[in-house]
Amino acid sequence: MTNPNGRFGIHGGQYIPETLMNAVIELDEAYQHYKEDPAFNRELTELLNEYAGRPSRLYYAAKMTADLGGAKIYLKREDLNHTGAHKINNVLGQALLAKKMGKTRLIAETGAGQHGVATATAAALMGMECVVFMGKEDTVRQALNVYRMRLLGAEVIPVTSGTATLKDAVSEAMREWTNRIDDTHYCLGSVMGPHPFPTIVRDFQAVISREIKAQMLEKEGRLPDAVIACVGGGSNAIGSFYHFIGDKDVRLIGCEAAGRGVDTFETAATVATGKVGIFHGMKSYFCQDEYGQIAPVYSISAGLDYPGVGPEHAYLHDIGRAEYVPVTDEEAVCAFEYLARTEGIIPAIESAHAVAHAMRLAPTLGKDKCIVITVSGRGDKDCAAIARYRGEDLYE
Amino acid sequence: MSNIAKAFERGKAFIPFITCGDPDLETTAAVVRAAVLNGADLIELGIPFSDPTAEGPVIQDASLRALRGGVTTDKIFELVRELRRDVTVPMVFMTYANVVFSYGAERFISTCRDIGIDGLILPDLPFEEKEEFLPLCHQYSVDLISLIAPTSENRIAMIAREAEGFLYIVSSLGVTGMRSEITTDLAAIVEVVRKNTDIPCAIGFGISNPEQAAHMAALSDGAIVGSAIVRLLEQYGKDAPGYVGAYVKQMKDAVIHASI
Repeated sequence: MTNPNGRFGIHGGQYIPETLMNAVIELDEAYQHYKEDPAFNRELTELLNEYAGRPSRLYYAAKMTADLGGAKIYLKREDLNHTGAHKINNVLGQALLAKKMGKTRLIAETGAGQHGVATATAAALMGMECVVFMGKEDTVRQALNVYRMRLLGAEVIPVTSGTATLKDAVSEAMREWTNRIDDTHYCLGSVMGPHPFPTIVRDFQAVISREIKAQMLEKEGRLPDAVIACVGGGSNAIGSFYHFIGDKDVRLIGCEAAGRGVDTFETAATVATGKVGIFHGMKSYFCQDEYGQIAPVYSISAGLDYPGVGPEHAYLHDIGRAEYVPVTDEEAVCAFEYLARTEGIIPAIESAHAVAHAMRLAPTLGKDKCIVITVSGRGDKDCAAIARYRGEDLYE
Repeated sequence: MSNIAKAFERGKAFIPFITCGDPDLETTAAVVRAAVLNGADLIELGIPFSDPTAEGPVIQDASLRALRGGVTTDKIFELVRELRRDVTVPMVFMTYANVVFSYGAERFISTCRDIGIDGLILPDLPFEEKEEFLPLCHQYSVDLISLIAPTSENRIAMIAREAEGFLYIVSSLGVTGMRSEITTDLAAIVEVVRKNTDIPCAIGFGISNPEQAAHMAALSDGAIVGSAIVRLLEQYGKDAPGYVGAYVKQMKDAVIHASI
């Protein structure tokens, strides 16, 4: 799917300062070497299984299925991973790779805090220094995760530049990387940024679809009719889609954060409202104005609050292989509450965007159909914010 | 021959960077004229971008001030048209790839030629991606300026061999901004550059005082200063042109005869 320059159709590439070019080339060479190295893969598999708790369950949501009255619904339980989200899959891979490359320090950006917590966790485990950049606004929205990162030994730097959210945290992490390269690996949290990051992160997240495929064959004796996942940068979605891309009968559906609606300016639905541009090291779709200035975006979900989307998603959209649908704050919050009451599972507000679309889709499909929703993370971190959204005066 | 070569005909060059539209375009025009009057050899005009990942806080803030003030690519094109009525020194745009791409690369680059812009510096367009704009730059005779960084090492020769206009040598790791000390072995970088190209090279990032500028110009063909000038604009606003003029004179005097 990738050519040597990291292109997915017209998307991808390496639009970064010259200062970082040798660093990404070195990273690519190391990755090409270690991904074929049996010892590296044994070590990573052991970490994923013994430390992170893989494989994650594929749970048949019987009550939800009966309630919606259509397709059978399975939940891919990435929320059960150690640290509470799919982010750990990528982080363990990158941290191990960085360690093999002789790096002693990890830097990362984080939105909701899940990737920051996962990176801080891997750094603690592997004895590495860790610095996490987080938008100032997000440090307030996700105060508990800031505490968790600090508890794990990481330094959290609140970013005040720009809109003080995820895109600014990415910019600041890139700036820090140009400042200190020798001992530092930038542990990017999504399938975005310059090549080779979109490929590396996808490969480490592809464990999700590899497991879904085996688990569906075991439980149903066939592949699902649709796989649904939320998309910010798009790492849990590409991980959920990847091994189904060649299976043309499996619909791949990415759910973007529409915020207050795609017809408002308070949205983060990049495919629905953006256009092709060049930013954060890649060519892809971005929310931007007519002069290419990156637009401030909004979503209730700090993890989906990003003005771009990974280049492989942009390509899957261009060729019509995957569908991208917007889901509003209100729909996501309703799905958050619905899954809690119906199945006793509190999903991350990010994942609730995927649940919301499944609630629209399932009733339109026959009972002989199966859909898989990736529950990318757990929702404990969101409870206070959702309570406030519903008008309760709850603070952590 | 590139018009940019003229910038290096009056001894070592002094190259100021100015963020267009900070605090407003009238001030930008006055600052450019003050810089030229006081010896600036080439002007780098920054088209502000919302998320400038290669810039330190000073130029980030200036970019946001300019955008909040309503500056756009089209208004900056008008500014250059107006400046070109009397300003003859080479001028280049420094901006980010998305500003060019989103405007329509051909529309942007052909307009550069029409209004008298000689080159384009895009810090997020490395050697590997320059084909994005290079064919159009050649078609419209706009030099696409290449950058070399302290980490370029084995890439220096490759970049220098295909460089046009002038080579922008980044003095230090990190983003733009004033530094008390520059520790990169720039002489070694320039040596590789000289072996691979005849075009001039100038050093930028982190330079703020005459001593640093003289040292950098001695090692190369000129010194580039951004943040220190933008800081004067931040400090003096509409009154900045006089201060920038005095600063440029001091810096040009320091670099003109600089030698090792």
